[in-house]
Amino acid sequence: MAATTETVEQVRAVTEQKYKYGFTTDIESDVAPKGLNEDTVRFISAKKEEPEWLLEWRLKAFRAWQEMEEPHHWAKLSYPPIDYQDAHYYAAPKMKARPKSLDEVDPELLKTYEKLGIPLREQEILAGVEGSEGRSPAVAVDAVFDSVSVATTFKAKLEEMGIIFCAISEAVHKCPELVQKYLGSVVPYTDNFYATLNSAVFTDGSFVYIPKGVRCPMELSTYFRINQANTGQFERTLIIADEGAYVSYLEGCTAPQRDENQLHAAVVELVTLDDAQIKYSTVQNWYPGNEEGVGGIYNFVTKRGACRGKNSKISWTQVETGSAITWKYPSCILQGDNSVGEFYSVAITNNLQQADTGTKMIHIGKNTRSTIVSKGISAGRAQQTYRGLVKILPKAEGARNHTQCDSLLIGDQCGAHTVPYIESRNRTARIEHEATTAKISEDQLFYCRQRGLSEEDAVSLIVNGFCKEVLKELPMEFAVEAQKLVGISLEGSVG
Amino acid sequence: MIEIKNLHATVDGKEILKGINLTIRPGEVHAIMGPNGSGKSTLSYVLAGREGYEITKGSVVYFGQDLLAMEPEERAAAGVFLAFQYPVEIPGVANTTFLKSALNAIRKQRGEQELDAMQFLKLVREKTKSLNMTDEMLKRAVNVGFSGGEKKRNETLQMAVLQPRFAILDETDSGLDIDALKIVAEGVNALRSPERAMLVITHYQRLLDYIVPDYVHVLAHGKIQRSGGKELALELEKNGYAEFGVNEAA
Amino acid sequence: MATTTTSRPATPRGFDPATARPFLEQFDRLKADLPGGSLSWVRDLREQGRARFAELGFPTVKNESWRYTNLRALDKLAFQPAVAAETGVSFDVLPTVRAAGTTGPRLVFVDGRFRAELSSTAGLPAGVELLNLADALAHKPELVGEHLGRLATPDDLSLVALNTAFLADGPVLHVPRGVEVAEPVELVFVSVGSDEHPTSFHPRTLIIAEDNSRVVIVEHHVGLGTGATLSNGVGEVFVGAHASVHHYKVQREHTNAFHLSHTAAKVGGHGVYDNFILTTGAKLSRNEVRSTFDGEHGDTHVSGAYMVRGDQHVDTSTFIDHAVPCCTSREVYKGVIDDTARAVFQGKILVRPGAQKTDGYQQNRALLLSETAEIDAKPELEIYADDVKCSHGATAGELDDQQLFYLRARGIDKETARGLLIGAFLAEALDEIPEEGVREAFQAYVSAWQNAR
Repeated sequence: MAATTETVEQVRAVTEQKYKYGFTTDIESDVAPKGLNEDTVRFISAKKEEPEWLLEWRLKAFRAWQEMEEPHHWAKLSYPPIDYQDAHYYAAPKMKARPKSLDEVDPELLKTYEKLGIPLREQEILAGVEGSEGRSPAVAVDAVFDSVSVATTFKAKLEEMGIIFCAISEAVHKCPELVQKYLGSVVPYTDNFYATLNSAVFTDGSFVYIPKGVRCPMELSTYFRINQANTGQFERTLIIADEGAYVSYLEGCTAPQRDENQLHAAVVELVTLDDAQIKYSTVQNWYPGNEEGVGGIYNFVTKRGACRGKNSKISWTQVETGSAITWKYPSCILQGDNSVGEFYSVAITNNLQQADTGTKMIHIGKNTRSTIVSKGISAGRAQQTYRGLVKILPKAEGARNHTQCDSLLIGDQCGAHTVPYIESRNRTARIEHEATTAKISEDQLFYCRQRGLSEEDAVSLIVNGFCKEVLKELPMEFAVEAQKLVGISLEGSVG
Repeated sequence: MIEIKNLHATVDGKEILKGINLTIRPGEVHAIMGPNGSGKSTLSYVLAGREGYEITKGSVVYFGQDLLAMEPEERAAAGVFLAFQYPVEIPGVANTTFLKSALNAIRKQRGEQELDAMQFLKLVREKTKSLNMTDEMLKRAVNVGFSGGEKKRNETLQMAVLQPRFAILDETDSGLDIDALKIVAEGVNALRSPERAMLVITHYQRLLDYIVPDYVHVLAHGKIQRSGGKELALELEKNGYAEFGVNEAA
Repeated sequence: MATTTTSRPATPRGFDPATARPFLEQFDRLKADLPGGSLSWVRDLREQGRARFAELGFPTVKNESWRYTNLRALDKLAFQPAVAAETGVSFDVLPTVRAAGTTGPRLVFVDGRFRAELSSTAGLPAGVELLNLADALAHKPELVGEHLGRLATPDDLSLVALNTAFLADGPVLHVPRGVEVAEPVELVFVSVGSDEHPTSFHPRTLIIAEDNSRVVIVEHHVGLGTGATLSNGVGEVFVGAHASVHHYKVQREHTNAFHLSHTAAKVGGHGVYDNFILTTGAKLSRNEVRSTFDGEHGDTHVSGAYMVRGDQHVDTSTFIDHAVPCCTSREVYKGVIDDTARAVFQGKILVRPGAQKTDGYQQNRALLLSETAEIDAKPELEIYADDVKCSHGATAGELDDQQLFYLRARGIDKETARGLLIGAFLAEALDEIPEEGVREAFQAYVSAWQNAR
């Protein structure tokens, strides 16, 4: 509750600077030539010193991609065709070798993360330099800058427990058998246009393995930053929770303010074995473009989790405020009996942003349960669509789904759309879907203002209330950040 | 404190207030009584600054300032408080969050130190006790799922926390049973002070048994038709509004 | 990332032009003999329909709006146009919602062709026109000329185009300004077909209710033969300002029948369009209802109940177009699916820019009675105005265990209890029919279906 007042505070503090992450880091980079062909794929694989099997896998993906059609017809998104040859597919800050400690990392990079408020110095975090008592245990961070991971914190401490948390390019060398076993096992390289492109040219991302019975003692987090101009970011994240393991993982994203559109096509794969649990939270704040819709990130992301084991659980929570275009459907394949899938989403589109986002819950095992709570807020001239699939297969005895989809419209120039698909082939399954659309009422606004709140603070407060069901699912640290974002993202949408 | 002069206001082109004159000094409690449709609620909304009302003539001077030129939140910061006839529901926003945001917004506009969470909770707990409100009510979303009585108590709590200089109570008695009415009235009476003025708007005399006014005004057809002391309310109770050309046989 | 600005060609997705050929050949053979051939506008309309259908063919499951309903079976059956048989069909009792022993206005069509000897216009107020399309084209073309093909246009969807190419017969109802028709108008469509070959026909319905008029229409679709039939019907309904049209349909065709139907309505200011469809028949059926508001304060109710078993497939696809402000729409569908049957519900509410104060409500509830039954639902909201109240709900599941137990604990046997609960479930949809006589008749069809278990 205190956070909301803070929100109001912080909204005020940043009014002059709408997208505060829009700065550029001046750093020398190692950049692949523009264009996309087999040589690009080989170049990336060579840079990462990858084994032959991975190169082959990438090449298979690339060849498949060349045969694929960009999926323009079904998503409610409109943008000019993307010229895939007019971009760099690899950009990395110049470093001698992989830095052994933070002292070897380019100070410009460290400054960047400091500016972004991302803690990379373990001792500072441990010493509580952040200054707020009562904070949850420390967060381990993997920082990905353009195409490479520049630092991963708390590695040693985690390794003591058998937890592997590192860049995926590092995992390929460190635990190749795990990577080979699980990479592409949830999102195959032929899955869809963007995932296939990612499979061919992915550069870095995080890898997490939690061994049997281990409960990860701290939040794991990856912070993605696009810096280089004309570069696409194609990260790949793979998280495996072995039997009885638990991990909470956070993901944050920002990019500089640029006039051209940049492509971000990531793939995230989650696997939970028996009794394991993964909680995956995202605050996506890529540069959304300016008020006239110039610039911004094209965010085409494939996120999918497989609850392979019985009694396992995958929970997605997302706060989507950034990007010019968002195309994203974090999904759960509920294979194991009694497994649970959750999707909690707040998506805010303002100005000329477009988002087509939602989830898929595929019920395969017995007594599988899923919950979907989607809160969409559309303002300015933005268009937003919730698109979701709940599919109950014949063997999913006793499956349950509950879906709640609410949209809030601010202003009469925007759009909010709901496109759920519900497919049931088991009579014992019970599915409930509800969707509503509303606006902030004049009564609510006046009531708040009569009690002394400004109009923007009132909107922020009311919208935060509207999103509460989802925001409460976020880990503490993220929740505060997310509440701030809700306010900031809607600036200029009223009055 | 507040001086309303020849106030005319229209809604959707229809004139509702047709020349209100009223002066209220610190410490005074004025009651405005009137039949349905006389313009009582319009007057309270106009004073609080709600949109949709066009002021066609007249002025309202509040502590030397032109009240009508101020935004609703500026009026709130200047100490104008409206207890709503129909308090608004705000789903998902906890009562305490709302109240703390409001209090600190007002304190900030006044250049006062904002309260931290601990100070605020202490303050609120003190005030709730006297209003027979539970902590559970504080945690619930603003007015959502509140009974009529709970909503009115909640309005009174907000008034107690925000400590206004000029409070307008719009039909505070509507929807209350006698016990709830007593609790709310006690809460209001506790706030009476030489620095604070109140404008109590009501249809019935009943409320004025508990919140005893210094002056009573009869509003009908958009104008104050008669003013007097508290005995005027009793007279109205007996004779109705017929003498003001209003038939309320229903 | 640079982008280029060439725009993509707008080719319609998910159609198979090759499937058009047999129908085009039939059309070319038949067109000289179709009614109204002397009127150039009718010829043009048919040719436009032919050209559009030639371009598209039947939709495939790659078409977003046909993802759950596969028409491939149609291609395998070599449909022949219906022969206008004058004899060989006899009725003991024509289906009716009327009380026994009473008569009223009624048009009967057998395999798409009008049967005058079974029809009657008795009991209609003066000025009301009720006749068949072939006669209208021959004798009163001015009655239909301004309306035919205006709501369901030939360049529309492929099935509408196919119907338009073949349009020959069907009911025409014109209610003049201010006239209220007290008696329900019954439209009876009988599929007979042939034992020798699959038979297709394309009935076309035109309903014009002028300002301040009122009418109740009941459509019956039944089957008498055993051969495969394809009924590809299109209806156009014009609801004038302050007019109200109550349009009810019961489809109880034979399980060899393919029943495709598209109804397009336009509702004037303060007008009411009330549509209800009860489906128990056909091997495969699809009811598309599309209603557009043409004036403020219009009110549309589009509801229905469907009960399917065996390997039946039923598809309900609705589209409510809130093109103007201050209109209300309400949809309530209930479905019961047994055996290996499959039901599809697709409902879309569109609120166009500026259509403020829209109130849109939609719900679809499906009850699965067997292990192998299937429901696919896609309720959809597309909203471009902020001051609106729109919601939809969809559920799927089996009978409530607790309710069942409660009834059994009171001494009711399991099958009776199930029947009671299924009946109660469907009754909620039937309650949407304000016309008491129609509601009771439809309730009887529901009971008959339940008793046939």
